[in-house]
Amino acid sequence: MARDVRLLTQPFSPGQFVGPFTNAHPGLGGVCTFVGEVRSDDAVEALELIHYEKMTLKGMEELADKAIERFGLMGLLVVHRSGVMHVGEPIVLVSAAARHRREAIEAVDYTMDHLKSDSWFWKREKRADGWHWIEPREQDHSDLARWASPEFNAFDLNQGGGLRIKAIPTSQNWR
Amino acid sequence: MAVKLVFLGKLADLAGVDERDVEAPLDWQGLLDELQGPIGDAVQQDRTRIALNGEVLADKSALHANSGDEVALLPPVSGG
Repeated sequence: MARDVRLLTQPFSPGQFVGPFTNAHPGLGGVCTFVGEVRSDDAVEALELIHYEKMTLKGMEELADKAIERFGLMGLLVVHRSGVMHVGEPIVLVSAAARHRREAIEAVDYTMDHLKSDSWFWKREKRADGWHWIEPREQDHSDLARWASPEFNAFDLNQGGGLRIKAIPTSQNWR
Repeated sequence: MAVKLVFLGKLADLAGVDERDVEAPLDWQGLLDELQGPIGDAVQQDRTRIALNGEVLADKSALHANSGDEVALLPPVSGG
């Protein structure tokens, strides 16, 4: 089971998925798991994620395939909620199994950034005065830019003199 | 059969429904004729995408939907 991608409409327990996923990859060197939950916020009574049947799961599967290929993973598990959620409930679970730790850690970071800003989900919050749609955040787009065309930057570095180094976006420097 | 319109996110609020059927065939002008008022304005915004049977159109004004097709109106995603 190299790729296991699920879209759930009911609450889930991350442990029920991570254990079997890990066991399914004997010989791995590392597993990295991230769980995102509904954050505590006094003003927010509930959170709702809307998905689109024809596109959301398909998009998640395509993203998982890209991550598996990019980081040479042994396996990738992605579980995402849709529907109404309350504080403390898991929203998303990403777990990557790889021969070495860095691939696993980076694959989870990559997958989360793309789930947050490039997947077909629409979010709204319930406050005292009713439901409010959440608009995209600028931060989500800069998070995505971290993963854009590293080949281009390597090319840029090799072709130019010292000055060309300025052309490398600072967002790449985190590495 | 008709063309099914599906409204996602806040577009469902503007439309007042999650989905509805309109007469086939349906092109971009026909869609705008169906969607008057705030929902029509929202659909014309650059950030609103259109998908035909689950595939996003590169150019939404090239929409051409036939009987049995599903047309989804997609506002910007807000992240999971």
